[in-house]
Amino acid sequence: MLHYILRRVLYFLPTLIVIYTVAFLLMRAAPGSPFIQEKGMPEEILQARRAQYFVDRPVYQYTRFAWDLVTLRGMKSIRYPKRNVIRDILAPAFPVSLSLGVCALGLAVVIGTAAGVASAARPRTLIDYTAMTGAMIGISQPSFVVATVLMGLFAFMLRWLPVGGWGSPEQVVLPALALSALPAAYIARLVRTGMLEVLSADFIRTARAKGLTERRVLLDHALRNAWLPVLGYLGPAAASIFTGSFVIEKIFAIPGVGQHFVDSALHRDHPLILATVLLYAVLLVVFNLVVDVGYAWLDPRIRYE
Amino acid sequence: MSEAPESGEAYEVSAAGQPARSPLWLAVRRFRRNRLAMAGLALLAVMVLSSLGGLVWNHVSVARGRPEPYRHQMKGDHPQPPCPAHPFGTDPLGRDLFARTLIGGCTSLGVGLSAAVVSVLIGTLWGTTAGYVGRSVDTVMMRIVDVLYGLPYMLVIILLLVLFAEQYTWLRVVVLFLAIGSVSWLTMARVVRGQVLALREAEFIQAARAIGSGSVRIIVQELLPNVTGTILVCATLTVPLAILQESFLSFLGLGVPPPLASWGTLASDAVEALNPVRAYWWLLVFPCACLGATLLGLNFVGDGLRDAFDPRSR
Repeated sequence: MLHYILRRVLYFLPTLIVIYTVAFLLMRAAPGSPFIQEKGMPEEILQARRAQYFVDRPVYQYTRFAWDLVTLRGMKSIRYPKRNVIRDILAPAFPVSLSLGVCALGLAVVIGTAAGVASAARPRTLIDYTAMTGAMIGISQPSFVVATVLMGLFAFMLRWLPVGGWGSPEQVVLPALALSALPAAYIARLVRTGMLEVLSADFIRTARAKGLTERRVLLDHALRNAWLPVLGYLGPAAASIFTGSFVIEKIFAIPGVGQHFVDSALHRDHPLILATVLLYAVLLVVFNLVVDVGYAWLDPRIRYE
Repeated sequence: MSEAPESGEAYEVSAAGQPARSPLWLAVRRFRRNRLAMAGLALLAVMVLSSLGGLVWNHVSVARGRPEPYRHQMKGDHPQPPCPAHPFGTDPLGRDLFARTLIGGCTSLGVGLSAAVVSVLIGTLWGTTAGYVGRSVDTVMMRIVDVLYGLPYMLVIILLLVLFAEQYTWLRVVVLFLAIGSVSWLTMARVVRGQVLALREAEFIQAARAIGSGSVRIIVQELLPNVTGTILVCATLTVPLAILQESFLSFLGLGVPPPLASWGTLASDAVEALNPVRAYWWLLVFPCACLGATLLGLNFVGDGLRDAFDPRSR
């Protein structure tokens, strides 16, 4: 087990180097320049600006930016020359995106599992059909449509929740719900399929025969086995939630990382692009590791040699 | 989700002394008995045919010297709610939403289809090679897949689109199609490799090897026909994901450039145009209904195919 974790940690580095290199190459190969708005400047000043961000020395830029990111020093943003990429831009925005993402992921797991268990406990009944229709809607609509409908319903018509913004707990509810719709739908389907398969197994019959309540049979015996595929799906789910929050942040006017990422790419703000990409890469890689270790811990059948 | 086909069906047939049925024949029969999957197929057919109809309509209009309906702006007050002349209403720029939804369907389905094709091509090649050659080649190839799997792809796609496709319309469409496709082959590679690994030591493969078939012949003639079902299922389930990804990008302003449309761009334009004072509901409802119907159809068909090709997987 410890071996396995260590080996996985060793894969961190190549993964991060690959993503950093890909992002760097894309950024360098792209037409346009970060200083395109500084037209009319004397050539010497432009050259000095380029030198300031090492744009004229690609190899040095590659290593220097990497080193700055590793040491968390952060470069100054090109677009906002007074702002430090990590300290002033990402440090305030990232906790917002992270907490929104974590809330959405938690919500997706809870809603998805509950819906899956409920529909598997009473297959082919109204509960089952309602839950699965809900899951189908979640799978078949883009998140921004779900967000708009939720906003129209709960913020404008019923006036239960605020329209947008960030800071109070009520303001998290709608964006987190919108963000969790797709993963919750997948999880509900996974849990239902898994539960139906497990419920016909012999050990469930044994559990029922020895007189356990239906509740304990479902939750303690069946769900524990049926939930494993969900764990495998959590990695991709986290990726889709954290990148999906770009759109949701825009709709609900949430000051997260999303706006910075798209803007920085549009303005060729080299330090900010790289810092954001690497931030998300680290987040997802670490999350995937935690999920895999959890998998190994929960499912004794898996052996990591 | 769907009715479970009776297990043991495959045995019934041979036990009755009827001529042996091919696995494909059995799969097709199981699929046709699955009502939900057939309904999904019908829904999908309607959406595909009407989208193609929109394309034909466009061409006919151009051939007759009239403006293309999806980009023709009409005079007067817009947007107008649905009426007999414009069944889906018109958009704020005075274009017929019905024509735009049909053309949008072509784009969205095209994105889905190209993603499926790319993922089948690369994923199958990658997975078969890794699984069949095995040993260190397998390890290295699958490690690469693992590493790529951990990457936040959306970021890479966004970078690709923003950085490369600002100037040229056609380039942006091509990049969009290829970028979404190039992301979706990883799952395919993993699934195919798993199947090939399981089949590699099967008796019929050994028999083929014993009579002197070469590797290429074994892969093409023996292995691939046996993984076709898996590939088909995986490809079908890739399409809805790709279509959703395209709509996500559209919302960020990175979808197909105007005046072209996709269901994603239509829906995101509608969301932008929506306000509490005047609800232009038709702008949102029609494209989203088409998108939803298509994705539902695809998911039903995908589930049905999985049940049909692998009845035990349920």
